[in-house]
Amino acid sequence: MRAMTRSVNETPLSHIRNFSIVAHIDHGKSTLADRLIQMTGSLEMREMKDQILDAMDIERERGITIKANTVRLEYDAKDGEHYVLNLIDTPGHVDFAYEVSRSLSACEGSLLVVDASQGVEAQTLANVYQALDNDHEIVTVLNKIDLPAAEPERIKAQIEEVIGLDTADAVEISAKTGLGVENVLEAIVKRLPPPKGGDRNDPLKALLVDSWYDSYLGVIVLVRVLDGHLKKGQIIRMMGTDAKYTVERVGVITPKMVTVEELGPGEIGFITGSIKEVADTRVGDTITEDKRPTSTMLPGFKPAQPVVFCGLFPVDAADFEDLRAAMGKLRLNDASFSFEMESSAALGFGFRCGFLGLLHLEIVQERLEREFDLDLIATAPSVVYKLSMTDGTERELHNPADMPDVVKIREIHEPWIRATILTPDDYLGSVLKLCQDRRGIQVDLSYVGNRAMVIYDLPLNEVVFDFYDRLKSLSKGYASFDYQITEYREGNLVKMQILVNSEPVDALSMMVHRSAAERRGREMCEKLKDLIPKHMFKIPIQAAIGGSVIARETISALRKDVTAKCYGGDASRKRKLLDKQKEGKKRMRQFGKVDIPQEAFIAALKMSDQ
Amino acid sequence: MTITTRFTGDFRAYPDAGDPGFGVYLHWPFCAAKCPYCDFNSHVRHKPVDQNRFVDAFRQEIAYTAGMTGPKTVTSIFIGGGTPSLMDPSTVGAILDTVARNWHVPDGIEITLEANPSSVEATRFRGYRDAGVNRVSMGVQALNDADLKVLGRLHDVEDALKAIRLAREIFPRLSFDLIYARPNQTVAAWEAELKQAIGYAVDHLSLYQLTIEEGTPFYALHKAGKLIVPDGDLSAELYEATQAITGEAGMPAYEVSNHARPGAESRHNLTYWRYGDYAGIGAGAHGRLTLNGTRIATATERMPERWLEMVEARGAAHVEIEELEPEEQADELLLMGLRLTEGIEVSRWQALSGRPFDSARERDLIANGFLERLGNDRIRCTPAGMLILDAVVADLAI
Repeated sequence: MRAMTRSVNETPLSHIRNFSIVAHIDHGKSTLADRLIQMTGSLEMREMKDQILDAMDIERERGITIKANTVRLEYDAKDGEHYVLNLIDTPGHVDFAYEVSRSLSACEGSLLVVDASQGVEAQTLANVYQALDNDHEIVTVLNKIDLPAAEPERIKAQIEEVIGLDTADAVEISAKTGLGVENVLEAIVKRLPPPKGGDRNDPLKALLVDSWYDSYLGVIVLVRVLDGHLKKGQIIRMMGTDAKYTVERVGVITPKMVTVEELGPGEIGFITGSIKEVADTRVGDTITEDKRPTSTMLPGFKPAQPVVFCGLFPVDAADFEDLRAAMGKLRLNDASFSFEMESSAALGFGFRCGFLGLLHLEIVQERLEREFDLDLIATAPSVVYKLSMTDGTERELHNPADMPDVVKIREIHEPWIRATILTPDDYLGSVLKLCQDRRGIQVDLSYVGNRAMVIYDLPLNEVVFDFYDRLKSLSKGYASFDYQITEYREGNLVKMQILVNSEPVDALSMMVHRSAAERRGREMCEKLKDLIPKHMFKIPIQAAIGGSVIARETISALRKDVTAKCYGGDASRKRKLLDKQKEGKKRMRQFGKVDIPQEAFIAALKMSDQ
Repeated sequence: MTITTRFTGDFRAYPDAGDPGFGVYLHWPFCAAKCPYCDFNSHVRHKPVDQNRFVDAFRQEIAYTAGMTGPKTVTSIFIGGGTPSLMDPSTVGAILDTVARNWHVPDGIEITLEANPSSVEATRFRGYRDAGVNRVSMGVQALNDADLKVLGRLHDVEDALKAIRLAREIFPRLSFDLIYARPNQTVAAWEAELKQAIGYAVDHLSLYQLTIEEGTPFYALHKAGKLIVPDGDLSAELYEATQAITGEAGMPAYEVSNHARPGAESRHNLTYWRYGDYAGIGAGAHGRLTLNGTRIATATERMPERWLEMVEARGAAHVEIEELEPEEQADELLLMGLRLTEGIEVSRWQALSGRPFDSARERDLIANGFLERLGNDRIRCTPAGMLILDAVVADLAI
């Protein structure tokens, strides 16, 4: 680490700007960030690579940001003054809504980046509203202005109509070519407010924005100082968890990690202090000095709450310990992901895992498979149900397998969401039908040019089951979707079991609304009929609620399976075929007398198939 | 349709009542044309084959193999192919003489030669009889000209009937092959054809359902959807009709696809299915030999010319001499033995595998009507079990 040329606390508050960027996937957030880093000379050209702030492979590939990240830019503005600009790159997805809200609360302003040909998307809306909720000043940036399809005037009108922002001074740029990016820097300096301050001699009050694990430094904590200052040797206290640490390093990210003397009011930077696990650092917590604490905690702190659960099982049972180790490592860096051991007759030993949402689930699964080289089977995602029992107690249900006897349950409550869907007019009919089919209740429908904006209340349970895939496919990818969890409502929910040859298959049990049970049961039975190979006997496949069968298919018995011609010379060949069959059988799971290939479970659990 | 017919054959009447015996198999790897369904080791050569050179090579490989086995009594000889009826009778004679010089060949044992019914080949029948052949297995395959064309055969029905008539005059025993479950074949058409065939039959019939084998022209056609063969249900009906008709005619199945008048079962093929020892000689031939108590699987080079060169260089052309593990032997006994209506001896399976038979699986298979016990040591498939034999074997083999 090199020494800083300028001590941070020499920068007066009036010359600091903290901002984030709000954008839909692919609208150019990361490219703009790259360009800002490059134009302010934070990195030499040779150090540049695309999407500097998205450190994980998965972030780069999917064009999403999972962890909050930050970069400190030093900018000599046209007014001749020197400014420090702190960019906090936030995760844009609803699964990380809480993390987004904490990142936004660390800033005073946002750049709203909109693709000049695509226009506003549902995700953009949700995030820009969050920024406005945090009292942000917004600078509207129209990106990809160099593309022939760009229609800046139309998109500006759309932004005014949908979001209600004045777009008269929107900045038109091409992040790719660098066109107009200078104007973005000027707008940040001129139009975004400096941090409200705070005195460096006040008791310390800092926001824990995010944290991640580094194998050399331990946990690195990203902070925004509001009052007081942070420096090496200080004993700090996390007010939410009451844990104490000695600060070992204080620094800023340029995006290289550079140590500094101290971080003062309005500043964003990092600290380290032999913190072993990310789980010890909760996003949104207030950091203060142990011996001279601040009197009030920052508002809005809440621990991460898993919303979606599913079982993850190794395809090869021998990988179970590797999976446990991999999950442990992932959790080092992702405290919002939880797991506990689970065993299934169908899938063997695995883990019941909790996630912030479906994208979070997908990302964790993908990272486990990719970074740890594991083959996994995921069971159907389930939401968290709240059960009111007849004896007056309440309990949560994360796994259909744990469903208590129905006579002991008075009511089942399920989480509902408010969904915002933006879709081209052509697909509106299909979108509405999908929402209706999923027990949706329409809240609002309005038009923005030729795009419709639909707001629906939907049970989350209907959304975790292939809703997003269906929405994408029926709108050919044009509809965008965002949601927030609103409340729990009572629902007529039942546990549907799948029985193969009268044996329940635990991995295929699911909670469904009574009205959807027949359809879902029928779909599952039909699917399994094709996936389970014929046996020597007839195999009934049933979907049942309690004791009553609601759907049924039958796999007919194997009619003929005999090699017609088998001479002496074929003995070896036949034996080798038999050996292959034996190998195959090892990978099958037995339910009573029925062998079900593992591939059948994987295929049956794939939700996107229609 | 459920199968109600019982097996009519009494296995105790089969040749050598359960004794596997020792067979000698000799492979002639050439055909006049390759049939589009066939995946056997057969090759078409446009120049005449130097049969003297092959005779010499056969002599060497037979002697070499006899050196491995030591003195043994042969219970059957089978000359298969390819098309062995393309061999000169003198070639057949020389090879059979060599077998008799190297092992003990008692008088009257079954000596079979596979033949095609084309007129040219029929002219050699008398010569084969003189050389010692006492049984012919003829590849008739169909009794209608349109299907013979589809199957790529070089003969027509008239040729076949003539050849059958001639063979009946010359050879004491005669079998012929038919292929059924052909493209577009109905149950009624097959029933009529089968009844006609039984009228021509002497003591043995091989009735094979057409199988689409990988690597054959039929495989490619089938995959492209240009060749439609009977599906599971229809082919099961065809199989059941075959069992009913042959049973009534006194030629019940003694193996999945082989039918005989009681006592006329092929001695040689029984050796395979009883999992006995057999020497495999010639290009691409397989053998099973017990050498000093160890069971060995042998296989020879498949390409005829390379086989010749290898034999000429070192006396034999084995490309594989593999010791079989106990479990492998037990699997092979199941695979081969359960094809026979006589079934297998449980004690023999236990001796080979070194572990007790899985009685729970056996009980299930018996309860489902696929397997039955005969006496206290023999199990066999029921007719219903025979229809799904591969699944039964897979179930028992695990």
